[in-house]
Amino acid sequence: MNQPASAYFLEERHDPNETHTLSVLVQNEPGVLARVIGLFSGRGYNIESLTVSETESQKHLSRITIVTTGTPMVIQQIKHQLDRMIPVYRVVDMTLTGSSIERELAMVKVRGGGDHRVEALRLADAFRARVIDATTESFVFEITGNSSKISQFIDLMRPLGLVEVSRTGVAAITRGPEGM
Amino acid sequence: MTDKSHDPNQMTGAAMIVRALIDHGVQHVFGYPGGAVLPIYDEIFQQSEVEHILVRHEQGAGHAAEGYARSTGKPGVVLVTSGPGATNMVTPLTDALMDSIPLVCITGQVPTHLIGNDAFQECDTVGITRPATKHNWLVRDVNDLARVLHEAFYVATTGRPGPVLVDVPKDVQFATGTYHPPRKSDVHISYTPRVKGDATQIRKAVAMLANAKRPVIYSGGGVINSGPEASKLLRQLVEATGFPITSTLMGLGAYPASGPNWLGMLGMHGTYEANMTMHDCDVMLCVGARFDDRITGRVDAFSPGSKKIHIDIDPSSINKNIRVDVPIIGDAGNVLGDLLQVFKAEAKKPDIKAWWQQIAQWRARNSLSYRKNNDIILPQYAIQRLFELTRGKDTYITTEVGQHQMWAAQFFGFEEPHRWMTSGGLGTMGYGLPAAVGVQVAHPDSLVIDIAGDASVQMTIQEMSTAVQFELPIKIFILNNQYMGMVRQWQQLLHGNRLSHSYSEALPDFVKLADAYGCVGLQATKPSDLDGAIKEMISIKRPVLFDCRVAALENCFPMIPSGKAHNEMLLPEEATDEATAKAFSGGKALV
Repeated sequence: MNQPASAYFLEERHDPNETHTLSVLVQNEPGVLARVIGLFSGRGYNIESLTVSETESQKHLSRITIVTTGTPMVIQQIKHQLDRMIPVYRVVDMTLTGSSIERELAMVKVRGGGDHRVEALRLADAFRARVIDATTESFVFEITGNSSKISQFIDLMRPLGLVEVSRTGVAAITRGPEGM
Repeated sequence: MTDKSHDPNQMTGAAMIVRALIDHGVQHVFGYPGGAVLPIYDEIFQQSEVEHILVRHEQGAGHAAEGYARSTGKPGVVLVTSGPGATNMVTPLTDALMDSIPLVCITGQVPTHLIGNDAFQECDTVGITRPATKHNWLVRDVNDLARVLHEAFYVATTGRPGPVLVDVPKDVQFATGTYHPPRKSDVHISYTPRVKGDATQIRKAVAMLANAKRPVIYSGGGVINSGPEASKLLRQLVEATGFPITSTLMGLGAYPASGPNWLGMLGMHGTYEANMTMHDCDVMLCVGARFDDRITGRVDAFSPGSKKIHIDIDPSSINKNIRVDVPIIGDAGNVLGDLLQVFKAEAKKPDIKAWWQQIAQWRARNSLSYRKNNDIILPQYAIQRLFELTRGKDTYITTEVGQHQMWAAQFFGFEEPHRWMTSGGLGTMGYGLPAAVGVQVAHPDSLVIDIAGDASVQMTIQEMSTAVQFELPIKIFILNNQYMGMVRQWQQLLHGNRLSHSYSEALPDFVKLADAYGCVGLQATKPSDLDGAIKEMISIKRPVLFDCRVAALENCFPMIPSGKAHNEMLLPEEATDEATAKAFSGGKALV
């Protein structure tokens, strides 16, 4: 093996990356989000999407949904590293449960006239996007769905006068009667 | 409204802090005063249950508390002020995090209404120390203070131990609130470290151990952290199985160095027999260690033919670097107890005679040999003599970081746990001297020696003043080669012998320096002087700076070259310039 002079082993592993969605139930206390984000940046993990909001205000519980990519070993590490944080109650790998539902909401602003405007409306209808603001030269669509559907919609809007997009990031929940 | 003025639990935040320390059995606090902690210092002044050790730099307080914690098993407590006091604690906190040392650090903070205002001596302490602690808290309400302090002690000392920090604004220290003694509900219900190992996994592990042909036990700092009982159980397990045992730097002393099954330390500067045994084994039992990169060498060639059992209290240590076959999550002592019980009940000592024969051949290579010299003190020889001359004494050893640290690990035999304090994970130069201060505070009548290097010791040399003030008779045994030896060794081996800034041009005269601090300075320059000088050092009941002039260019072997596997070690007799150049990729010529 030929690595440059170093006291560390420099060769990277080349296992294929996987994308996982993690639901993390945390105590809603100051700094908890900073802890989670700091873990990801400090250890070099990826965040594809991150959604956080208080879900049970009486118990001060928040739910963080993180979409991340990494090798299976890294994904396992991320879960363990999250789980050992003091204010973290539970970490559930929604991808491994196999039966989770993921949704994201996006607001998409499109500007244009004539055929473009008609085409945008027609596509929005096909994607079940709602018009939530309109002027004579623009629309704001609201679209809900899984991330790939939203990305697809945005791609279609691009040539029709896409101005800007605001996405919430992914929220996920398991199917069936059981909670996390 | 009831009159609360006579309620003994009504007190100021500052009083609560001292009260909580007493309630947690704290006898010593290491610290340095400053504006934002003055109310707490005022409380300390007015009581006598907690003794405060005044250091000369906050980093010194942190490492002293680490030495204290590691040599006693109790949490080390640090009290420092806001701003620079807190930022100076970042190194010891990180050091304690890497080596799983329980520390409780209390920092002062500017008053609540000034937070975020760039006030004098303000910094975002909880933000800065978030990745340097197991957990930290900013207390904004005096009525939360008791709960947070109790929780801090609980978090620091349970599960995988580690440092915690409680940041207390000055107005909260002044405010009056209700204190309560420690109680169960003070702890986050989300924090539930697992102590007991899974019985099925333990059975699986025992079956693997019982059928092993070429087993090895690889133990680490987790066994020490778990308490003396864990070391006892480890020894019993070695006895019951007859297996060879090696240990990480952090785990030295859990199994006695004089024990028949001891292979020596493993890893980058471990013994040949330890590393070869790890490489060729068929079953590896890892207890309280974490497959760190100084241990594994190149991961894809690490012990390729073995089934691995990993006992660790921290699930995130499992499968982090090396994939293991049987993970057991739990406290090292607890799991070892269960494992031993099942092994004794269901298995018998496997016949591994052939394996021991193989190991004997590796041992015969004598990988720690060095050429003797009658004119110059060789550093290995100095440690050997120090070890021989302190044998049978109640000795604690701390070290700085570098060649001297590795030689100490190789040549000083540890018979008991909690006797060896070194910065393993973070590799903090300047750790040893203040750590010795902390150890000596905890063990006032013991012989506490910091095996130091001339470069490392200067990073925290000011703590000699602390040792003098508190009459702590620590011995600073400096292997003085005038180089940053380990840096130079790597420059020689990896960077074409270009010794970029690894030579100290202007070293102080350590004997005169000792004099200036009001302690004793000794020097040895010849092997014939060494024993006498060491004996003198031991007999002096005051702090000593011992300037041991050693061979300047000696290097630390054996060594696993970078990017190589355990079975590609470079042994001292093979470490000719040519062989070294070849072993290290890049193959640069050595002068």
